Amino acid sequence: MSNALISCKSISASYDGMNVLRDLTFSVNEGDYLCIVGENGSGKSTLIKCLLGIKPVDSGEIIMGEGLRQTDIGYLPQQTVLQKGFPATVGEVILSGCLNSRGYHPFFTSKEKKRASESMEKLGITDLKSRSYRELSGGQQQRVLLARALCAAKKLILLDEPVTALDPLASSELYSVISELNQKYNISVIMVSHDIQNSVGNASHVLHLRKDGYFFGTTSEYSESEAGSKFIQENI
Amino acid sequence: MNENLRLMLEPEFFRAIILPALIGGIAVTICASLLGVTLVLKKYSMIGDGLSHIGYGALSVAAVMNLAPLKVALPVVIIAAFILLRLNENSKLYGDSAVALFSTTALAIGILVSSKAGLTNDVSHYMFGSILAMSTEDVIISVVMSVIVILAFIFLYNRIFAVTFDENFARATGVNAGMYNMIFAVLTAVTVVLGMMMMGSLLISSLIVIPSLTAMRVCRSFRGVVITSAVISVISFLIGMFIALLMNTTPGASIVIVNAVFFVIFSVIGKFRK
Repeated sequence: MSNALISCKSISASYDGMNVLRDLTFSVNEGDYLCIVGENGSGKSTLIKCLLGIKPVDSGEIIMGEGLRQTDIGYLPQQTVLQKGFPATVGEVILSGCLNSRGYHPFFTSKEKKRASESMEKLGITDLKSRSYRELSGGQQQRVLLARALCAAKKLILLDEPVTALDPLASSELYSVISELNQKYNISVIMVSHDIQNSVGNASHVLHLRKDGYFFGTTSEYSESEAGSKFIQENI
Repeated sequence: MNENLRLMLEPEFFRAIILPALIGGIAVTICASLLGVTLVLKKYSMIGDGLSHIGYGALSVAAVMNLAPLKVALPVVIIAAFILLRLNENSKLYGDSAVALFSTTALAIGILVSSKAGLTNDVSHYMFGSILAMSTEDVIISVVMSVIVILAFIFLYNRIFAVTFDENFARATGVNAGMYNMIFAVLTAVTVVLGMMMMGSLLISSLIVIPSLTAMRVCRSFRGVVITSAVISVISFLIGMFIALLMNTTPGASIVIVNAVFFVIFSVIGKFRK
């Protein structure tokens, strides 16, 4: 377990006074692709906030791998309505992902600009750089936000429902981009998803949150488990 | 030469009345337009409007109690800005209706207090503004404020962008989004109070909202929107003032009309560019 990028040791957390996460233990190693599933209200969003360090845990601890900070997690939040029509170029949006390495320096340097263009290359969106974000399709917008997450990420990206509101084609394209980042560039992925049918297939591990407990294990263990096969059947 | 204009350009009159109005006016317009970009994009534009009504209430009460208007209005409006921002963030409380509730109540208090005290004339300045009556103190505060806002936009530009575009992401990368919202609340509050003395409580929100909306019709980048918005607002202000002096119209209203005309022109340009 020495190479764990992030490990949660029996963490509990509450939302609105309700205890939604109880005694949860799991870890993500280098190169892992963890898919987090669960019904609404099972604590997925709360877990994300805890992992990002936006919300403190009530008990237990979250241990980051060596040299990693919680702000080094590349986060892809759910898109808000406000963003869809936002006047900003793709370049501006992606560069804002480099903020966590800025410290108190007010301006970006050429190092960060290089990092931004590398992210764009990895996602194949270099040609969009000077386009306006609001003129892009839903799938393109998600790629841009993924590139921004990549700028912020040292080794780990955290994706919150990345394919919601995308059509099937754009969804499967985004999934293959995420798999490529995971396999080709060895970036660990934590993905929260409703789309269990497609997302679990790509993942190496599954964390299934339920109101009365949780499952954590590899994908093959999950599909053999009672809870897993039931959940998969229900959602197909 | 127009009789009005010649009078205005008399050196003494110009120095005493017109110059302070121009300096203070440009300063406040720049503040309003820069802050407006973020407020509009975060759907906070109603807050500017609400604050101006609360400011009106505070100024009226100050006038009746014979207190210095700025010293009463500034703290009241700053506190109100914090409260409104919090209400707006907490969607369960119907943030937009809460703004309306607070602002109309404050407005009613202001009108009630001033009419009881027979001060309607003085207070109507704050309703419709009186840019030609800006005191030296007002001008100095306006200029200092605009320097602070401009510096904030230069040095915090990247963080302002991050917080405006995506607060969740900004928080995750370690940006203290709450603090930036507070800074915005304070700067907006001060701008609103200064602006309402100049444009009036009814028109100040247009200074905040219209220039950035206009810039967004045409600009594709955030940087473009910020710069264009500031430039448009200053040009509109100068044209509006000139028209007001030339034709003896109300300065505040003239400036808003020029802003609205720019909005229409930019909307047409934006349509054609697509």
